Amino acid sequence: MSRAASVPITIRGVAKTYGKVAALDHVDLDVRSGEFLTLLGPSGSGKTTLLMVLAGFIRPDEGSIRFGDNEVIRLAPHKRDVGMVFQNYALFPHLDVAANIAFPLKLRNVPAAEASQRIEAALEMVQLAGYGKRRVHELSGGQRQRVALARAIVFEPRIVLMDEPLSALDKQLRELMQLELRALHDKLGMTTIYVTHDQREALTMSDRVAVISGGRVQQIDAPRSLYDAPVNRFVAEFIGESSCLAVEMREGRCHCAGVALNVVNAHDNHSVLLMLRPERVRVGEPRDGDNVLHARVTSVVYQGDTYLVQGALADGSRISARGIAHAEALDRVPAIGDSTTFAFSARDAVLVRA
Amino acid sequence: MNRTELRRDELRERLALLGLGAPAILLVVVVMALPVLWLFGLSFVADDGSLSLVHYRRLIAQPAYARIFVATFKVSFITTAICVLVGYPLAYVLSQLPRRAANLCLIAVMLPFWTSILVRTYAWLVLLQRQGLVNTWGIKLGLWDEPLALVHNLSGTLIGMVHIMLPFLVLPVLGAMRSIDGDYLKAAANLGASPTRAFWKVFFPLSLPGVFAGALIVFIICLGFYVTPAVLGGGKVILVSNQIASDIELFFNWGAASALGVVLLVLTLGFLAIASKLARLESVVGR
Repeated sequence: MSRAASVPITIRGVAKTYGKVAALDHVDLDVRSGEFLTLLGPSGSGKTTLLMVLAGFIRPDEGSIRFGDNEVIRLAPHKRDVGMVFQNYALFPHLDVAANIAFPLKLRNVPAAEASQRIEAALEMVQLAGYGKRRVHELSGGQRQRVALARAIVFEPRIVLMDEPLSALDKQLRELMQLELRALHDKLGMTTIYVTHDQREALTMSDRVAVISGGRVQQIDAPRSLYDAPVNRFVAEFIGESSCLAVEMREGRCHCAGVALNVVNAHDNHSVLLMLRPERVRVGEPRDGDNVLHARVTSVVYQGDTYLVQGALADGSRISARGIAHAEALDRVPAIGDSTTFAFSARDAVLVRA
Repeated sequence: MNRTELRRDELRERLALLGLGAPAILLVVVVMALPVLWLFGLSFVADDGSLSLVHYRRLIAQPAYARIFVATFKVSFITTAICVLVGYPLAYVLSQLPRRAANLCLIAVMLPFWTSILVRTYAWLVLLQRQGLVNTWGIKLGLWDEPLALVHNLSGTLIGMVHIMLPFLVLPVLGAMRSIDGDYLKAAANLGASPTRAFWKVFFPLSLPGVFAGALIVFIICLGFYVTPAVLGGGKVILVSNQIASDIELFFNWGAASALGVVLLVLTLGFLAIASKLARLESVVGR
């Protein structure tokens, strides 16, 4: 299989309400040509609804969707020419593996000789060469996932949609498939929209991630920007762990629990919170130039690879620090009730909208 | 250790379960199994009380009996075919309706199901006879000029039997259709299938086990049908069960009737065996 021509996707003002609930609240989104974009959000956020609107299975109340230059909002699903991998794979149980993959080719009147060639190539691509004659129910979950993927790409669609395709797999297989899916995307280059509620998966695989909540795109950014500089408290708390502390802006400086802090983005002066990632906060032994907050340790949790220390500041708000659990670090871990310092650099102190 | 105690507990639980089934098992044995065995024995007893194959020899010697069996299978087959042709689209519509509307319509299908077969059969007699509702209105509306012969013949029998058998087909077919995951049709559409092609290439093949199950049930019930052919056939449609009845009522020949019954049972079981070979029975029941 060769690199397919890919197209950008332009979504404008797409809205869908069920009764009084807005599943999609006038969504605007630009997906670049050949991009791997993930829609990330909690269940009920509207991410799956948006994907179904793109596939044509849900008719929105209004809005515009363009694949390249073509408006598709009124196009029937079978005319959209997008590949899709379903959450439960939706492999046809009455057909064998090869016939499942042949399904879109037959509908496109691909000659039999070419079709069997392309089926073989697709099976090879998902590392299932020689599995054509198997029945669907004979396959393991991971193998079904690969067949579903082969079926979705065999007709070389310019756009591929994936609806939580890895959620039914166990953790190890899921992590393997994440890397494989991403490698396949890099090889074939089709514009890919991927839905998941697993933030780690989103960060691992995507060029950009759109965080969705309440039927709106909260933030769309590359994984690192999203993690380092979330725009609001929802994004900060949904992706990764975070402590959000109340702060006060006085004389252009940020004060937390009475201490003046250096922060990365002090320009924002209306209602903001200080967001700290626990793994970027150190307990005890602050370095030069660090921001330092004093707190009393309220809990220490050992979690194998890391340990988590939680503390309460003078004003009662909570702060967390996570450290790599090597022997020396564990020797220095404070006990519950100790007074200690939580330190972090200015670059890791981010103000977010409440 | 406590292995013996635990095994005894296990055994006690199983016995308790068996106890719950006992009344039903007893009933089936007394009301079904024993009479059938008794009839089976009777079929080998000649009129003078001696053991003989005379009843079976007569079944083979007289071509009239072969004709009755052929007619029975033919009527059952036609009834089944009509039920499939009428019932499949009906089940499809029901499967596509919203659940509430579908259940309302299902009640309409089931309502006659809960009425006595005898009552329904006589109702058809009233509707279909020469001065019946159907003929009166047909002539009034100018659809046909002379009263049609709708009862006391094969068509009357088929109309009655199809009506009675339809729920037996619709229910399993609807069950199969409802168990088809909507994602299969979405996947078909996504891969480029128009709604018509998605139906024929995905929905229809996936609904076939239900059709097979329903058709099998209808066919087998039809093989033993008595009331409807007797009333609506007007003596022109003689099936095995009607012949059995007249052997007993007119000729008091229990041996001959039993032999007919045994042959019908054997043929039915043979048919079931072939059918289940053709499409493995577990795919009907569902994996």
